Amino acid sequence: MNLRPDLAAIAAHVRPNSRVLDIGCGDGALMAELEANSGVDARGMELDAALVERSVSRGLSVVQGDANTDLANYPDKAFDYAILSQTLQTATRPDLILDELLRVGEKAFVSFPNFAHWRTRAALMFGGRMPVTRALPVSWYETTNIHHVTIDDFRELAKLKGAKIESAWFFANEKQIGAPASNWRAEFAVFQLSR
Amino acid sequence: MDTSAASKTVSKIYAVPSDLPLDSGQVLSAAHIAYETYGELAADKSNAILICHALTGDQFVASDHPITGKPGWWERMVGPGRQIDTDRYFVICANVIGSCMGSTGPASIAADGAPYAMRFPVITIRDMVRGLIALLDGMEIDQLHAVVGGSMGGMQALSLAANWPDRAARVLILASTARHSAQNIAFHEVGRQAIMADPAWAGGNYYASGASPDNGLAVARMAAHITYLSEEGLTEKFGRRLQDRDTKSFGFDADFQVESYLRYQGSGFTQRFDANSYLYITRAMDYFDLAEEHGGKLANAFEGTSARFCLVSFDTDWLYPTSESRHIVHALNAAGAKVSFVELSAPNGHDSFLLPHEQLDRVVQGFVQ
Repeated sequence: MNLRPDLAAIAAHVRPNSRVLDIGCGDGALMAELEANSGVDARGMELDAALVERSVSRGLSVVQGDANTDLANYPDKAFDYAILSQTLQTATRPDLILDELLRVGEKAFVSFPNFAHWRTRAALMFGGRMPVTRALPVSWYETTNIHHVTIDDFRELAKLKGAKIESAWFFANEKQIGAPASNWRAEFAVFQLSR
Repeated sequence: MDTSAASKTVSKIYAVPSDLPLDSGQVLSAAHIAYETYGELAADKSNAILICHALTGDQFVASDHPITGKPGWWERMVGPGRQIDTDRYFVICANVIGSCMGSTGPASIAADGAPYAMRFPVITIRDMVRGLIALLDGMEIDQLHAVVGGSMGGMQALSLAANWPDRAARVLILASTARHSAQNIAFHEVGRQAIMADPAWAGGNYYASGASPDNGLAVARMAAHITYLSEEGLTEKFGRRLQDRDTKSFGFDADFQVESYLRYQGSGFTQRFDANSYLYITRAMDYFDLAEEHGGKLANAFEGTSARFCLVSFDTDWLYPTSESRHIVHALNAAGAKVSFVELSAPNGHDSFLLPHEQLDRVVQGFVQ
């Protein structure tokens, strides 16, 4: 398997034979992995029609839809896990999406690029320009990211929402790093939440 | 003598052994279902795919039409090595009851030796599916590998999934809807009124007269045909170009290419379709409302289903727009069904599902396998 590190962390912690909703599932890489190796019943949601077509043509159940509006159509606790990978920062209202994740799923996985990573801080501090880094590779005027978030911000949001952080994983240079000082050391974070 | 299209059709015919109960409360006795098959049925009967045809379609999905001589209506999709591969799957396509290509319809001879004409009972989409289920029973096929349908065929596939949930493992719905909108009904009513306003219609009893309401049927077809296309497609194909002339005639000939095209579509249609069938089938579509059949809530129609669903819409289809497919997808989500959905981009409106489209090909092939 050749998953992105945050997806690999999620895949490693999804219980076999569980029901999963992958929101912003892209071309279905995580879903395919979960269905093939863990007997998971995986469903996906993706905005981009071309990516949906690729997922459907490889036999996955993916619905073209907008996480900002379409999660409302899923019943409460329809899934064991709701997964939102690299999508939180593109949501209209990340706080409301988090509510929806914990409504449709017993547990949620959320991964996002950490805006407090030292490269980002350095770019702003020394360059005085919006950072374009490995984790945030697109210029400010064409990025789909509309709500930049840091690891500490996310912890705060989870607390505000009454969500329990069950686990967290941090990554830099495609490798997992420890929790200490993760708010400036980590390029990406993955959180497992429940309510 | 029966000069209807049915008598010229060479197809396999299944005689339904018992009465078909209809939604209207009537029954259809001694019904016949005309059908075509392609490929070989596996010994365990696990590889059957039922393809449901659209309003004016028929069983000749992948073989030449006996009247027009044209290739099957979905030959690009169904055949050896194609997306619906007849080397692997046993494909069944049947003419729905009420139609005119060999299945029992208003042009068929009733028990008293005369054509049913308007004595034919009003049927529904679910009644059509009852006929299809009877055919599957006759073939002893308990569960289809897949049921596939576009437009009215999609309505049949939905009805089958909702009312006979164990009969199909996969359900593929293209450019369709779970209910006919007021606009859909309005367009159909224009067509029906055109037929019934034709003096040759004669209250539906035209079969022995040697005349048939071809003018009315052609107008009905012309009106409907516009709804199958998109403004973009029509403009690209015809614009305001004139037909075989340099200047306007200041009369009512077909000056514009688009007029000539519609007249051609209308007249060609009358050679292969029965006007009364057009009345009955459009009525069945107008009555279609899958939620209404299930206590007013569409999700109820799919409760407990174990089938996998896939829906495809096209961005230029204004007859059954994407919102109609989304409505079905939401209901399937609410019912916890396995569902895929994609809106594909295509310039050709509702007809896009019948036309070459690489993304559609990949979706159909990927889902059906």
